[in-house]
Amino acid sequence: MRIRTRTVVALTGVLALSLVTGCAQGGAAGAGSNTVTYWLWDANQMPAYQACAKGFEKQNPGLKVKITQMGWADYWTKLTASFIAGTEPDVFTDHIQKFGQFADLNVLEPLDDLDIDDSAYQPGLAANWTGQDGHRYGAPKDWDTVALMYNKKMVKEAGLSAEELNGLSWNTKDGGTFEKTIAHLTVDKNGKRGDEEGFDKNNVKVYGLATGGAGDSDGQTTWSPFTGSAGWKYTDKARWGSKYQYDSKTFQSVVDWYFGLAKKGYLAPFTDYTDGANPANAQVASGRAATSFDGAWMISTYYDTKGLDVGTAPTPTGPTGKRATMMNGLADSITKNAPNKAGAKKWVQYLASNECQKTVGSYGIVFPATPDGTEAAVAAYKKKGIDVSAFTEPVTDKKDSTTFSFPITDYAADVYSLVRPAMQDVYANGAPVSDLTKTNDQVNFILGQ
Amino acid sequence: MTVASSPPSRLPVRDIEGTQPKPRIREKRERDGGGRGDGALAALFIAPAMLGFLVFLLWPTLRGIYLSFTRFNLLTPAEWVGLDNYVRMVKDPIFWDSLTVTVEYVFINIGVQTVSALAIAVLLQRLTQSAILRGIVLTPYLMSNVVAGIVWLWMLDTQLGIGNEIIAGLGFDRIPFLADETWAIPTIALINVWRHVGYTALLLFAGLQAIPSDMYEAAKVDGASEWRMFWRITMPLLRPVLAVVLIMTVIGSFQVFDTVAVTTAGGPANATNVLQYYIYGAAFGRFQFGYASAMSVALLVVLSAITFVQYRLTRAGQTDLG
Repeated sequence: MRIRTRTVVALTGVLALSLVTGCAQGGAAGAGSNTVTYWLWDANQMPAYQACAKGFEKQNPGLKVKITQMGWADYWTKLTASFIAGTEPDVFTDHIQKFGQFADLNVLEPLDDLDIDDSAYQPGLAANWTGQDGHRYGAPKDWDTVALMYNKKMVKEAGLSAEELNGLSWNTKDGGTFEKTIAHLTVDKNGKRGDEEGFDKNNVKVYGLATGGAGDSDGQTTWSPFTGSAGWKYTDKARWGSKYQYDSKTFQSVVDWYFGLAKKGYLAPFTDYTDGANPANAQVASGRAATSFDGAWMISTYYDTKGLDVGTAPTPTGPTGKRATMMNGLADSITKNAPNKAGAKKWVQYLASNECQKTVGSYGIVFPATPDGTEAAVAAYKKKGIDVSAFTEPVTDKKDSTTFSFPITDYAADVYSLVRPAMQDVYANGAPVSDLTKTNDQVNFILGQ
Repeated sequence: MTVASSPPSRLPVRDIEGTQPKPRIREKRERDGGGRGDGALAALFIAPAMLGFLVFLLWPTLRGIYLSFTRFNLLTPAEWVGLDNYVRMVKDPIFWDSLTVTVEYVFINIGVQTVSALAIAVLLQRLTQSAILRGIVLTPYLMSNVVAGIVWLWMLDTQLGIGNEIIAGLGFDRIPFLADETWAIPTIALINVWRHVGYTALLLFAGLQAIPSDMYEAAKVDGASEWRMFWRITMPLLRPVLAVVLIMTVIGSFQVFDTVAVTTAGGPANATNVLQYYIYGAAFGRFQFGYASAMSVALLVVLSAITFVQYRLTRAGQTDLG
């Protein structure tokens, strides 16, 4: 009997041990002291970074780069889990929206000793990655802007020219030439255009402008080109502001006008497309919308769509007399507990170098952060027959254009979870824009904690 | 003869009375290990399950309760804050809104699912013995919730979904199933009914199989209709199984998450922000694990209370099968 009892204890112990060691093995898999692990979320960029890794390994014999790619949503969940489990990658692609939270959680390694020169990159890209403590936590990687994508065939049928689309302007009073244009591009079931007598706004066949949802707290590809060109800023300071300004009269009047386009029938209503299921590019691809605002990261997706002849135009000029677009830049960050920190620093330095950025640019899928890298990308797009000036001009033309960044503050996730439903309430349920003042108070209350 | 015959005549008497000899032997066997052997063997069989229970159920539950009294962001040590999270929860309008949305979902989901599953189970039992049909009924259950959610999301899309193409083709207005706040929760509830109804029907079907067929035969001889037999025989005798199924499905329904996550992400304007999704957002989106734990504890309490009441009301532990 003693043997039996012992057997029970032993078996239980073995089971417990196998559970523990099983977890540990899972965590440690795949990395070695001469390996640098690197995570990214964009599958399109994988070949470009594999090419970079080859160049890096040549320069650093004995070091290997192991790149892992996973989709956007899984990426952040897995990254969070890896921080807790101690299985984080050495280096990962970081997003400005998440940066504040990671900095707050103290999981990022300062990169001050990499001596990154802000002036070596497109303006504003490097400075965004400085934390409130003055340390740098990201090495500039690439950038993107937003432009108006349009179906060339539909524009031609409407009797409009590329020049007209390139020179649009808007205001909250009558919508300007932008509203007139999307009204003209809108066609109802009976073939009547949005600006014609007898237009049926409840039975629209082709919307002038595709919906990109309610835009959450940043409106990157929805309302931000308008709020930006109206002179509105997300927060009281460019970075690490202490107050959001969703209560501003300017902001609320622009949002009111923008979502009002849906009530007029020119912009697809919120209920027409389940949020996220059929994004703006799908609406244009299916012929249900003539134009859409979208980011530079979507250029290849639009141009690779079969049967769709795409044109691009810059965002319309606003009341400030300038065009505006968000300019967002990604960066490479090193995790605080990186198993191979020395190798990670070398790899990040290489990723941020002109050499790697030119390699990435040559693939024509993204605009690298250095001017030379950007040029290489423009040339690569040109080779594919794609004119990307609508995306690059806002960065180079400071006279007629302005760029702005994602809001960088503490509690970004809380802000998102409060503002997202509030914006949906305005767009989907017709809630008054003045309701956003209450939301703004809640947001600022959290920020003030 | 008398001497020889007397002892045997007494032995059976002592035996019947249950006195000394046999019990003593039984007791001895137990003490010597017969029973203890069974106990150890039982422990051996129970050990893996018990270990799983302790590691994956009891410990996380206790830890969750502890964390509900702390401020905890996963990466720094938990800081004791007493009842702060519970006070915040009571004052949080989004929490109450989430609870209301969840209850709405549960009512639609359970109502439609139970009636449909019962109908399918009775039809399966009374009309057919086909194992293929039983298999077909179970098919949606074999699909993951996420896949089912995405497929339905595409099918029900207002402009590009095949469901709405059919509705428009029939001359009706398109319905924004998952994009409109009125439709979203009923739609999610019905998607989950579609996925789970077969499984629930098979559970009820198993319960129906336990009802002796001679009862139906006797009722038939007496001239009872199918409708009458359903109410007078099937329903009363199925009650214990139905009660257990209801308890299980109510608990499952309160924990709806994945379908919401892939179809509406809580929108539009929090119309489908069910409690479990709100808890997830607080924890993994906003790193407020203490507050998320407090809401989870509240959900645990609500579910325990509902289960207890349901158990008592439905007399789940008793059967009418005499």
